[in-house]
Amino acid sequence: MATESWLTKFPEMERADLVAIRKGLDESYRAFSRTYGDAIESVFNPLLKFLVWFENLLLASPWWLVIAVVVALVYGASRSWKLSLGVIGSFMLIGYFGMWENTMRTMSIITVCTLLSIFMGIPIGIAMARSDKTRAVVTPILDIMQTMPAFVYLIPVVMLLGIGKVPGVIAVVIYAIPPVIRLTNLGIRLVDKEVLEAATAFGANSSQRLWGVQLPLAMPTIMAGINQTIMMALAMVVIASMIGVKGLGQPVLKSITNQYFTMGLFNGLAIVALAIIFDRVSQAYAKRTQRHLGGTQNG
Amino acid sequence: MDEPIIKIEGLYKIFGTNPESVMAMVMDGASKDEILSKTGHAVGLSNINLSIKRGEIFVIMGLSGSGKSTLIRHFNRLIDPTEGKILVDDVDVMGLGQKELEQFRRHRMSMVFQHFGLMPHRTVIENVAYGLMVQGVNKTTRHEKATTWLDAVGLGGYEDQYPSQLSGGQQQRVGLARALCTDADILLMDEAFSALDPLIRSEMQDQLIELQDKLRKTIIFITHDLDEALRLGDKIAILKDGKLSQVGKPEEILLNPADDYVEAFVRDVNRARVLTADVVMKPPVLRLTKENLDDALEQMRGKKHDYGYVFEEDEYRGIITREIIENEIDSPGPNANLCELAEDMATVQPDTSLEEILPTTLGQPYPVPVVGEDGEFHGVVSRKSMISILSDNNGTSDKA
Ligand SMILES: Nc1ncnc2c1ncn2[C@@H]1O[C@H](COP(=O)(O)OP(=O)(O)OP(=O)(O)O)[C@@H](O)[C@H]1O
Ligand SMILES: [Mg+2]
Repeated sequence: MATESWLTKFPEMERADLVAIRKGLDESYRAFSRTYGDAIESVFNPLLKFLVWFENLLLASPWWLVIAVVVALVYGASRSWKLSLGVIGSFMLIGYFGMWENTMRTMSIITVCTLLSIFMGIPIGIAMARSDKTRAVVTPILDIMQTMPAFVYLIPVVMLLGIGKVPGVIAVVIYAIPPVIRLTNLGIRLVDKEVLEAATAFGANSSQRLWGVQLPLAMPTIMAGINQTIMMALAMVVIASMIGVKGLGQPVLKSITNQYFTMGLFNGLAIVALAIIFDRVSQAYAKRTQRHLGGTQNG
Repeated sequence: MDEPIIKIEGLYKIFGTNPESVMAMVMDGASKDEILSKTGHAVGLSNINLSIKRGEIFVIMGLSGSGKSTLIRHFNRLIDPTEGKILVDDVDVMGLGQKELEQFRRHRMSMVFQHFGLMPHRTVIENVAYGLMVQGVNKTTRHEKATTWLDAVGLGGYEDQYPSQLSGGQQQRVGLARALCTDADILLMDEAFSALDPLIRSEMQDQLIELQDKLRKTIIFITHDLDEALRLGDKIAILKDGKLSQVGKPEEILLNPADDYVEAFVRDVNRARVLTADVVMKPPVLRLTKENLDDALEQMRGKKHDYGYVFEEDEYRGIITREIIENEIDSPGPNANLCELAEDMATVQPDTSLEEILPTTLGQPYPVPVVGEDGEFHGVVSRKSMISILSDNNGTSDKA
């Protein structure tokens, strides 16, 4: 009798046990967030302050000043008039169609998320490149971060910190940081062995090798990682808006629920415009600064 | 001058996950292939013993995969041995801590790489000054020095170019300048010229020889090209499957190859171009030191010889034949003195190649004296000994 039942029906665990596990985990996590929630929130307080300050800065500055500063940055990075004119055009259109404020909010959060990802991701990537053990530990974590649906890790973050900017930033960073880490690791590992050997042979210590050889030579790869990170952060804008991150994502969300096609399209196009600007500028910058790296790996 | 600067004793290098575990097998003399198939470990080097003298160019030669790069990387410990000793000026390199090792690499040894190993993101001058930068020398001083060395290798004016803008030969000159710029007294060169085409390569060899005449560094030079080895090397070590087959002067290797492997290397060498007069010369059969003509004639008769080389208090004076002595005795001239009668004859210098002395040797009826720059007598080169050495070449060749 018993044998027959496990052959025809999967031998599931008892319902009561499953409920107990769920309850137990949920309860303990809730307890954890009740006791430590405030403490953790206060850790993120400086980040929140910075986010608010930066967003207000962008919103409070006159539109022409923002455009001027952005174009100055774009030209400084890319040295391309075409690109600079394109940026002016896109911002004018965005403002004309009434999306200026949301665009500023999105730009502010993307900038912060990208900077955070770079400052955390590059050191992690370096650590990974230096030891195979670290790489063995970090790689599966990155796989999980990239494949786990964002909604799933939003739950504990929201439980812990409520909805708002900080959980939004955490969610975006979790989603967007893997490319910088992976490509930093890859870039350093791909550095020409003989060049690194030369540095060692002339008595360079490990920090001289890192700053003087490995990072500069890995830079094209790292830049590709940063570029991808920016793209992924922008892709998260809509999902982040579900937990209260204001910006271009919110109108998109609204248009999905209310079936406002045009509104969705305009805001979507604004996101695309931002993505293209970030992409082209970072690529032009990388190309301009790395033009000597090509074609010298061997004579 | 003659004491060794570098000594390598009982050096073993095994690549793999647990090198110590296969040491016993290696010591028992198991072959490289056997160890690889049984344990998955690659024997890189096995029982290497070397001693390298100050100021010499020591060439390490062997086929691809014989362990040349592995060996040279032990000198500055880019690779750590599984077992063995490396002594530089009696300092145990294996005993150095990380900081000391860095100092050692900064000041004692520098290296030139097969594919140049230049830093593509630095300009030529920055590349040359790299060693000094690592040492913390300030920018003006190091760039001044780098400029001097760039000029020395003939690349003045290229300071602000990037390596990618230079040809292969020029890039390797930068590599050489970079190595010389730190004033290290030991220079490691791993197939430094192998990636260059033949013409540039021989130019670089000339340049190295020229620089070495001035600098007198100790150079460890790796190559798989015997001609290059013979041209540059004061000593040559031949490596096969991680073991030393033979270590010796170029002519020793050429004339007495230790085994088939070495012989295969030297088979096609043009001996006439490589060997020098001092290798083939012999002591003369008859040295005439007495002034008396009758004594000399007596000696010639005793040795059944028609000619002799005349010396005055060990100083070479010339050649004299039996005919001249007999004529002189029959009708004595004003100076019946051996030294006065001795005739001048073409001489050759000890370090001239056989190819160059061949016409002289063949054009003379008697063996040609080998006389150094200061007039000191070394020996004589006969037609016979010359021909036997040159034709022995064909004798050892399979093609003959
Ligand atoms: N890191 C390594 N791991 C495993 N085996 C290695 C390693 N480095 C070298 N070897 C082995 O050691 C042997 C010698 O290699 P090495 O590079 O020293 O040869 P080489 O004489 O310099 O050859 P080439 O002329 O091609 O440069 C090779 O057979 C190789 O299998
Ligand atoms: Mg090699």
